Amino acid sequence: MEEGKLSRKDFLRRTGGLLAASIVPMSLVEIACGGRGKGTHEKFTFAFISDPHLTHIKGTNFVRNFDNGLNKAIETVNLMFPRPDFVVFGGDLAQLGKREELDHGMELLSKLKVPVKFVIGEHDYYLDMGNYWQDKISKLNYSFDHKGVHFVVLNSILTYDNWIKRWKTPEERMNEMARLDNPNGSPFMVGDDQIAWLKKDLEDIKSGTPLVVLSHSPLYKIYKPWNFWTDDAEQIQSVLSKFDNVTVFHGHVHQVLYNQIKNISFYALMSTAWPWPYPESYTQSPHYIPKMTVFMNRQDPFHERDGTGWAFVNMDNAREEMHYKLWENKDRIVKYDESAGHPVDSTYQKPETRILPQTHY
Amino acid sequence: MDDRLTFKDRYRSRILLGVFASVFFFIFGTVSLLFADDWDKSNEDKWNAAFMETVARGEKLFHGPELGGNTVQCAMCHPNATNTHPETYPKFQKQIGKVSTLREMINWCIQNPLQGKPLAYDDPKMIALEAYIMYERRNSVLAPGKH
Repeated sequence: MEEGKLSRKDFLRRTGGLLAASIVPMSLVEIACGGRGKGTHEKFTFAFISDPHLTHIKGTNFVRNFDNGLNKAIETVNLMFPRPDFVVFGGDLAQLGKREELDHGMELLSKLKVPVKFVIGEHDYYLDMGNYWQDKISKLNYSFDHKGVHFVVLNSILTYDNWIKRWKTPEERMNEMARLDNPNGSPFMVGDDQIAWLKKDLEDIKSGTPLVVLSHSPLYKIYKPWNFWTDDAEQIQSVLSKFDNVTVFHGHVHQVLYNQIKNISFYALMSTAWPWPYPESYTQSPHYIPKMTVFMNRQDPFHERDGTGWAFVNMDNAREEMHYKLWENKDRIVKYDESAGHPVDSTYQKPETRILPQTHY
Repeated sequence: MDDRLTFKDRYRSRILLGVFASVFFFIFGTVSLLFADDWDKSNEDKWNAAFMETVARGEKLFHGPELGGNTVQCAMCHPNATNTHPETYPKFQKQIGKVSTLREMINWCIQNPLQGKPLAYDDPKMIALEAYIMYERRNSVLAPGKH
């Protein structure tokens, strides 16, 4: 939709979503490509919830703070009017892939009054190599069409066989993968089989069709020591290169992060559990944080929901306008700038306009 | 001659003192060489090894569940001890409500997100945590206060 031309219905739709969601860490995505877009699809909304990291303690006890984050996101989706068509779950439902954690997560998510499209995260996978997830929750990679938009879900957290075989027990393997700053870590990848599947899936899709790719890890390379990294990212980007506009929404990094590589816009969604610092704050090794990203402000970790947040995405003409809403923090709008050819922060992009705490968090 | 005898008589005690002093300084010098400040490269290596052992203990605690009561670990929010900013302490901490030290903040994290029991400030675990955090933040500019 064009700015300044909001109909009453659209206004109610947007403000209704904003009011309901402004207190919780989740993301509402509105797709409105119908007006002057190349597609013929209808407007619709979907919500995005990511990275709750539900953690089992003992018996029926789970870490309170992480449960609360997910519950607030679920309650907000249910309060939205109009109700989103579906929810994308961005991965890392569990902390250590335990059945207790996945079952608990599914029980919480069962309160959602809309269907869920699942993306698997590494914390859900490395205890049993995704078996329980596939049996009880979802396929690991699949695609679907919704009102003129083609969606592809990828399992982007696979890694090398040598690394997988290195550990004695499934628990040891899971613990090693769960540690972000692990010097024994192994980078993520989508893998040849899935890339072949992706090529086949996209074969008959017209290049003007809006394409949304959902993955857990970012499908580009940011920082290897913390696995903000997908080893075969370039191969996937090249498969997606025939489309006019591609948007990748991913979780995993627990922070505001965006990038543009050729025809692909990348947006990170916030975690409902806890925020992560940017890799540049660790000065012992180099990083590739996109220069265009204006960092989120890390608040005092005083509040349970500190640093977590939600976003509202408006897709117009198959381009995105991302509204980040952060706890006890200034709103941020990141919008694709046609002249710059990449997403731009509407207020804070120029260094002189940045608020002070954005360089210290 | 008379003058010389007079000289000897007059200064006998001082000459003796001089001799004793020479002997004393000779012995003291020899003994003190045995117990001298024996700093050399091998000592520095030994002390650094002791420090790095403490850092390693801290790293283990930082990445393990034993500090808390709910399996949550420091490193989940602070990979490589980032966002700990030891170089900014002492500073006002909103959640403690006063100007606080790094140790007080470590205990706040143990008690709240980790739901554990606070450590004594001289607990070897506390010192190890501090050593790991400081080591990971080495070369940061010392900048106490909030900014």
